[in-house]
Amino acid sequence: MGETLLEIRNLKKYFRTGAGMLHAVDDLSFKIPKGKTIGVVGESGCGKSTLGRTILRLHEATSGEIWFQGQDILKADKRRMKEIRPKMQMIFQDPYSSLNGRMTVRQLIAEPLIVNKICRSRREIDEKVDEIMETVGLSQRLSMSYPHELDGGRRQRIGVARALVLDPEFVVCDEPVSALDVSIQAQILNLLMDLQEQRDLTYLFITHDLSVVKHISDEIMVMYLGQCVEMGPSQAVFDSPAHPYTEALLAAIPIPSIESKHKRRTLLQGEVSTPINPGKGCRFAPRCPRATEVCRVQEMKLREVGDHHYSAALCQNREYS
Amino acid sequence: MNKSSSRRRAQIGEFWRRFRKNKVAMLGLVILIVIVGMAVFADLIVPYSKCVEQLGADKLQGPSLRHWFGTDELGRDLFARIVHGSRNSLMVGVTTSLLALLVGATLGASAAYFGGMVDNIIMRLIDIFTCIPPILLSLAVVAALGKTLRNLIIAMTISCIPGTVRLIRSVVITVAEQDYVEAARSYGTSNARIIFRYVLPNAMGPIIVNTTMMISDMILSAAGLSFIGMGIQPPRPEWGALLSNAQSYLFTAPYMLFFPGIFIILTSMAFNLVGDGLTDALDPKLKD
Repeated sequence: MGETLLEIRNLKKYFRTGAGMLHAVDDLSFKIPKGKTIGVVGESGCGKSTLGRTILRLHEATSGEIWFQGQDILKADKRRMKEIRPKMQMIFQDPYSSLNGRMTVRQLIAEPLIVNKICRSRREIDEKVDEIMETVGLSQRLSMSYPHELDGGRRQRIGVARALVLDPEFVVCDEPVSALDVSIQAQILNLLMDLQEQRDLTYLFITHDLSVVKHISDEIMVMYLGQCVEMGPSQAVFDSPAHPYTEALLAAIPIPSIESKHKRRTLLQGEVSTPINPGKGCRFAPRCPRATEVCRVQEMKLREVGDHHYSAALCQNREYS
Repeated sequence: MNKSSSRRRAQIGEFWRRFRKNKVAMLGLVILIVIVGMAVFADLIVPYSKCVEQLGADKLQGPSLRHWFGTDELGRDLFARIVHGSRNSLMVGVTTSLLALLVGATLGASAAYFGGMVDNIIMRLIDIFTCIPPILLSLAVVAALGKTLRNLIIAMTISCIPGTVRLIRSVVITVAEQDYVEAARSYGTSNARIIFRYVLPNAMGPIIVNTTMMISDMILSAAGLSFIGMGIQPPRPEWGALLSNAQSYLFTAPYMLFFPGIFIILTSMAFNLVGDGLTDALDPKLKD
């Protein structure tokens, strides 16, 4: 593995709610290698988006450390944060609500430059905006348009341009394609991958779409109720899932073939239990087809099951079912 | 530098072009210009002395060539009183509304945007003010500070701040949770810039409508205050006072009610139409 760009240690983010503490992100530790994409998957409400936002300090973490360029950014003061922010950007899920409808395309893309006082003159800003618009495939004639006049794909290109205009090193992509048509999804994904190659970008790619994550990720982290249940190289996780939850997720991918109709699938029963004040033991145990008494009481730890491949399950029995 | 100023000019030109297209809003603007012109050039239209001059012989005369809008129970010329009254009425209506907007926007937007303790403190203070009936509140302020026009404006502003704060807070809360606000924060935008460039422009519609409605409300409640002797002091004319004065002569001299009423309605209508036109012309989504 190459150089590490970002290291997250024991990151926790709890929200205080009326019913108790909501464990959105619970004790996550992982490294993000430079120039790679780490895909974060899991069902709705498992804390994927909170993780991305906590890393960018859009939410203040409850505890933990985030090391970036030799510094724990959770301890950085306002002034230092100003220097770090441009290096860590975010692409949002919904290109309809993430763009201010009162600004033109040009203003939207120029905004990060103006706010961070990157450019000395108006001309320099214009040049940078023109350049990035070309890079993401937005034609010049759109620069005076408003976002509502454009389709989803173009809007998301604005979102990409806005994130990249500051020349970041690390980009959190929060389900950047899930609000788009399938044909446009592919365009945006390819754009993101091309840009990664050109600019040596590092992505934290949040999604619930496994086919998307397989396409783009080098490494995959599977989350369940705020915890990481499995982590490893993309290929290894897809070929030999070590956690029953990952197995169930993969089994849920529709297979477009007639033979597969008769195959047995491990389908999950029941609902996700509540993330508020979770008890001890594996959080997946209530739905797990292989849960034993031990699973319900023992604290789960990630254990290495292969090369850089970790799982939090006690059972590693793949022949089951 | 040149490019940006010409761009700004182009934006203003674009705005004016779209506003002009809206016939109804243009009608409102014309009415507004006439009424404001009347207030500014009141002395040229008819001398002030005419509206305090009491002609005993001409009491309660209906409209005629001599007295266009008739005369009141003391024989004062109603036309002159309406023309000169426009100064006081517009002054009270517009300044109180704008002041209330300014204070209301600052308090309401900060309560909604910062939330938590800030929100709690501001809103509980506002709750206290809401408990007191507005008329009573204005009365208390005027009684404490004295019966001048300035104090009247202060009193009325205070009484309409709670409503404005509530409205603006509720609009800003919905706007502030939009993704683009979070996006702005992700690239390091300051709170002030987020409020002025992101939140307020998107919350403007209801705020403009509310402010224009407030202007006519204020003209009328100034009348209420002068009716109980706290507002603008007679013999200085003021539309609301003319209206409440006319109540006693409702059946014998209905024109006394009609003319000031028409001016109040026209003014508030004109402000509303212009306000609607502004909202539409500023909203890029409604581009033709």
